[in-house]
Amino acid sequence: MIKKEEVKHIAKLARLGICAKEQEKFQGDLSSILDYFESLNKAKTEGIEPTFHPTERFLERDARKMREDKERASAPELAEKLIEAAPEKEKRHIKARAIF
Amino acid sequence: MELEKLSIREIHRGLTKKEFSALELTERFLDIIGRKDKELSAYLAVSADSAVFQAKKVDEMISRNQEIPLLAGVPMAIKDNILAKDAKTTCASKILERYIAPYDATAVKKIKDRGAVILGRTNLDEFAMGASTENSAFFTTKNPADLTRVPGGSSGGPAAAVAAGMAVCALGSDTGGSIRQPASFCGVVGLKPTYGAVSRYGLVAYASSLDQIGPIAKTVEDAEITFNAIKGKDEMDMTSVELNFKSQIPSPKSRQVEDPRSQSGQIPNPKSQIKNLTIGVPKEYFVKGIDGDVEKTIRNAIRKIEELGAKIIEINLPHAEYALPAYYLIATSEASANLARYDGIRYGLSEQKKNLLEVYLESRAKGFGAEVKRRIMLGTYALSAGYYDAYYLKAQKARTLLKKDFDDAFLKVDAIFTPVSPTPAFKIGEKITDPLSMYLTDIFTVSVNLVGLPAVSVPVGFGGKLPIGLQIIGRPFEENKILGMAKIYE
Repeated sequence: MIKKEEVKHIAKLARLGICAKEQEKFQGDLSSILDYFESLNKAKTEGIEPTFHPTERFLERDARKMREDKERASAPELAEKLIEAAPEKEKRHIKARAIF
Repeated sequence: MELEKLSIREIHRGLTKKEFSALELTERFLDIIGRKDKELSAYLAVSADSAVFQAKKVDEMISRNQEIPLLAGVPMAIKDNILAKDAKTTCASKILERYIAPYDATAVKKIKDRGAVILGRTNLDEFAMGASTENSAFFTTKNPADLTRVPGGSSGGPAAAVAAGMAVCALGSDTGGSIRQPASFCGVVGLKPTYGAVSRYGLVAYASSLDQIGPIAKTVEDAEITFNAIKGKDEMDMTSVELNFKSQIPSPKSRQVEDPRSQSGQIPNPKSQIKNLTIGVPKEYFVKGIDGDVEKTIRNAIRKIEELGAKIIEINLPHAEYALPAYYLIATSEASANLARYDGIRYGLSEQKKNLLEVYLESRAKGFGAEVKRRIMLGTYALSAGYYDAYYLKAQKARTLLKKDFDDAFLKVDAIFTPVSPTPAFKIGEKITDPLSMYLTDIFTVSVNLVGLPAVSVPVGFGGKLPIGLQIIGRPFEENKILGMAKIYE
């Protein structure tokens, strides 16, 4: 069983506000799911390299080639639309709370 | 004429011979949506005006005797996590309830360029996290075969829309089974392409090393036509590739079937090619707990291809049991990073609080539903100090073992046949209170995403009135071969 303190700590790391009821619910849910994940411990992985991405498997050549670093044309209104999507803005600036 | 039952090719023929207009066709579908969707709730939004506008454009082309692409005038649905410019893209989440897509996903742009008519946006589990659409922040879609049951998920909206004749075909996304399982539950065809076959540009990210866009359709051929339209290398997604498997993957066997692709993209007479095939049936996929009707139906389907001359052999995928825990650790870890972008500052729901941390905490608390929070929590835990090696890294190593299982199997077989899901569609409410029981429904579909393989779900029978799908897993970039095999079941 993971501790309630751990649930609070993870929520803080994840920047998720959770209420007391959710803390309790997640404590139970996460514990039973993590218990189930324990079955992975039986896997014999000594000396086995991780596979972080499926393209490691079959895309040896062209796939990982980077796009050429040059300016590309985009729809002129795209930037305006992206700014428009921000909840708080001033002219063409996106506003955020001060961090200090 | 029952316009809603026509296949893409039949529509194309009817339009070019002027038997009906694209406008009539679109209006028929809008009418069916108007009548049926109150009950089914497959659509989150219907875009009647732009659909009619697009249909009229196709009719103009036809009246000028211009050649039109196969998809021109074909009414389609889009899962609401794939961007279509100037349309709301909610991901069935409160956090994106008012979000307007500023650009088209590459897959959407490709079907638009071919003249497809977009009817609207279809429901899903919030951010594609779930197996039933019950995690949608707005409503649960019903299974057209039985309104008391789920349509599957996360692409439950697209699958129900296609099954009920409310779209000819649809674009869905599949991270751990989200195209194949709802296709199976609703009795339609769903293709999860090889990782990289279709650009992910404009697909709202859930787990980036697993996500793929793919088609859901009434027939295998319709799925194939849609797939051929959306596939290909895209400079906006560096993991996308041109489908040219012959140059990339040497065939392990010389007696491999001839390349089934032809100019038209159709497979000529698939039945004649079946006798050269070897089909693997993994014994790990037929275990206790699998529904009796599912097992019987899948065994019958396997017998059918055997009767057509294919060789059936039992194979082992010895690490199969690790797929589900590995999948949920990797998918949630990637999700916890991907969903960090919903910060209440750049776009989406924002709670205006006095300091930055509170803006984060409250915007995310209000914007995300229970399952999304649970997965972010799990992923954050798996990546946190002290647990990274035991969970995340261990899962990625298990992924290597799974990959080897499939590599070994594909030395002996051309395709692997399994059930899509251990049960047919379950009751609404049956699993939603127990997250682990919901996760377990993905047990037969997640390996394919971890390894990046293509797989198709094709309807092969019923348990009572509930459809049951067969999963055909192929080698990377051999979509055409597995689709050819799927055609024998129609």
